[in-house]
Amino acid sequence: MITKEMCQIVSHKEIAADIFELTVKANFVGQIKAPGQFVHIRVSNGWDPLLRRPISISSFDKKKNQFTMIYRKEGKGTQLLSQLDTGEVVDILGPLGNGFPVGEVDKGQIALLVGGGIGVPPLYELSKQLTEKGVIVKHVFGFQSESDVFYEKEFSNYGETIVTTVDGSYGVKGLVTDVIKSLSFDCIFTCGPTPMLRAIKQEYSNKKVFLSIEERMGCGIGACFACVCKTGNDPSGNSYKKICSDGPVFRAEEVLI
Amino acid sequence: MNRLNVELPGLKLKNPIMPASGCFGFGREYSQLYDLNLLGAIMIKATTVETRFGNPTPRVAETHAGMLNAIGLQNPGLDKVISEELPWLSQYNVPIIANVAGSVEEEYVEVAREISKSPNVHALELNISCPNVKTGGIAFGTIPEVAKQLTRKVKEVSEVPVYVKLSPNVTNIVEMAKAVEAGGADGLSMINTLVGMKIDIKTGKPILANRTGGLSGPAIKPIAIRMIYEVSQVTNLPIIGMGGIQSAEDVIEFFYAGASAVAVGTANFVDPFVCPSIIEQLPELLEKLGFDHISECTGRSWKQNGQLAYHRS
Ligand SMILES: Cc1cc2nc3c(=O)[nH]c(=O)nc-3n(C[C@H](O)[C@H](O)[C@H](O)COP(=O)(O)OP(=O)(O)OC[C@H]3O[C@@H](n4cnc5c(N)ncnc54)[C@H](O)[C@@H]3O)c2cc1C
Ligand SMILES: Cc1cc2nc3c(=O)[nH]c(=O)nc-3n(C[C@H](O)[C@H](O)[C@H](O)COP(=O)(O)O)c2cc1C
Ligand code: FES
Repeated sequence: MITKEMCQIVSHKEIAADIFELTVKANFVGQIKAPGQFVHIRVSNGWDPLLRRPISISSFDKKKNQFTMIYRKEGKGTQLLSQLDTGEVVDILGPLGNGFPVGEVDKGQIALLVGGGIGVPPLYELSKQLTEKGVIVKHVFGFQSESDVFYEKEFSNYGETIVTTVDGSYGVKGLVTDVIKSLSFDCIFTCGPTPMLRAIKQEYSNKKVFLSIEERMGCGIGACFACVCKTGNDPSGNSYKKICSDGPVFRAEEVLI
Repeated sequence: MNRLNVELPGLKLKNPIMPASGCFGFGREYSQLYDLNLLGAIMIKATTVETRFGNPTPRVAETHAGMLNAIGLQNPGLDKVISEELPWLSQYNVPIIANVAGSVEEEYVEVAREISKSPNVHALELNISCPNVKTGGIAFGTIPEVAKQLTRKVKEVSEVPVYVKLSPNVTNIVEMAKAVEAGGADGLSMINTLVGMKIDIKTGKPILANRTGGLSGPAIKPIAIRMIYEVSQVTNLPIIGMGGIQSAEDVIEFFYAGASAVAVGTANFVDPFVCPSIIEQLPELLEKLGFDHISECTGRSWKQNGQLAYHRS
C-alpha cells in the first residue's frame, strides 16, 4: 500500500562531499517489499519547488520502523532537504515501485552489484538481503573522485568491494565497466547513470542483468505518463513501461535504454 | 446541508471538484490512495483512436511554482479505454468526463461517437488545445472557425453533452469561446496548459526532449482566472475552471471568476490527496465566507450587486 506520511527525522548527516544520509521514522516501513523501491519526498511546504523528489530507499529496519536514504545535494529541492534537522518532519509518499528481485539468485551463486555515483544507495539493502540469503556478493562502485566516495566500509562488511574513480584519486582509475571484465559472477544488479547501464546491458546480454533506471517524474505512482520507457522486442513501438510503477528495476532485456 | 452539489449539462455532481485530464490517468493509481466515490467527477486521460506512445523523455520539467509537460497524448487507444478502463471505473458512482483528442477531424468524431456510448461517460471534454502534438490539437484550438466546425461535427455524433477545452495560447480567448458556443458546445473547460520552455544551464539545451511543453500549476492561475472572468461574462455556457488550483480558497476564486465547477491537475502530483482534502475543506470555507451554497459564488467578481444572491457578509 502507498501511504503519504509526515515522517520524523531520526538522523541526518553529510557522509561525503554533498552526500547526505537521512534516516526517518515511518509507519509504512512495514509495507516495503524489496530493496530498490523508492519514495517521493515533498521538499517544501509551499509550491516552489513544486514537484516531489524521487529518492531510493537505501536500507530499512522493520522493527524500528525506520528507513534510510542517501542523496546528493544537487539542485533547489535537495538543497532544501539538506537543511532539515533531526526532529523535524518531512512529507514522504511511499513505498513506490518495484525493487530488485532477491529471489532471482540462489544461495552459493555470485551476484555482482554495480553502482555509479548516487546509484549506489539502493544496492546497500540489496547486498544485505543477498548476504543473509547466502549469496556471495561482490561490489564495484564508480565515483568521480575521492571526495565523492561513501559507504565503502559498510559494503565491505558484506563482500569484496572495488571502488573506481574517474580521476584516479582513489581506488582503481577508470570506469566500473573496465573492472567488471576481470570478475566472474552469475548475475548483475546495477543502478547508476544511463550510459553505464547501457554499457552493462550490451556487454552482458548473455547474463541475468537487473537495472534500476531513472527518469524525471510527475506523479510517481503511474498516473501521468511522464516516466515511460519503450520495451524491448516490440515491433509496434507503442508498448511501454512506467519507470515509477512498473520499475524502477527491470530485467535488462525488458526495456530499451 | 449540502453546500456543494451542482448541476451542469449532463452532470449531476455531488460536489464540483474533479481531477483534470492527464493528471489522474484512468483513476486506477489514485484508487489505491482513497475512495474515488468522494470525487464530483473524473476527467480521464485524452483518448485517441489508436494507441499512442507519445513523445520521447524527458517529458516533464519543473519551473517556478509550476511544471512543463510534453507527454504527447500517450494513451491506450479507444478500444482499450472502452473495453477496459471505463468498465473498471463503472464500479464507482462517479460521472466520467471523457477527454477526446485527435490529429484530424475524423479522429475526434470517431472517438466522440464511440466513447459517448459508454454508460458512465456523462460528458465529453473536447481537447482542442493540446500543445504537445505536432498535428491537429493546437490548430483546432487557435482558429475560431476551425474550432466551431469541429465542435459542430462532434456535437452531431455525441450522445452526451460536449464541453470544449479552450487553449490559453490565443490572443483572444473570448472569440474562441463564442465560436465554440456558436458550434453548439454545451459547456467550456478552461484552461489547458500554456506553451513554454526550460533550458538546462549546464547543457545549454532545452530539458524536454520535445523542447517545448505545456506549463501548468500555481504559476498559471492568474491567467486562468482572468480568462474565465472574461469568457464567463460573454457566453451563457457553464465553465469548468482549472489552472493551478491547489486549495479550497483557489476553488472559491475560480467560482468568483465565473466557474461552475473546477478541475485539479498538477496539484495531485504534489499532494495526491488534494481533491478529497479540498472537498472536505470547502463547506467550512463557504460557511466562513457566508455562503449557503457554492453556486452562489459563480461570477461574483463581475456580477452587479443587484444580481448577487443574498449574502450575509
Ligand atoms: C527512482 C529514482 C530513485 C532515485 N534515487 C536517488 C537516490 O537514492 N539518491 C539521489 O541522490 N538521487 C536519487 N535519484 C535522483 C534524484 O531524484 C534527483 O537527483 C533529484 O530529484 C534532483 O532534485 P533537485 O531538487 O536536487 O534538482 P533540480 O534540478 O532542482 O530538480 C528539478 C526537477 O528535475 C528532477 N530531476 C533532476 N534530476 C533528476 C534525476 N537524476 N532523476 C529524476 N529526476 C530528476 C527533480 O525531481 C525535479 O523535478 C533518484 C531518481 C529516481 C527516478
Ligand atoms: C502531465 C499532464 C498531462 C496532461 N494531459 C492532458 C490531456 O491528456 N488532455 C487534456 O485536455 N489536458 C491535459 N493536461 C492539462 C490539464 O488537464 C490542465 O488543463 C492543466 O494542467 C491546468 O491545470 P493544473 O494547473 O491544475 O494542472 C495535462 C496536464 C499535465 C500536467
Ligand atoms: S511519474 Fe507519473 S507515471 Fe511515472
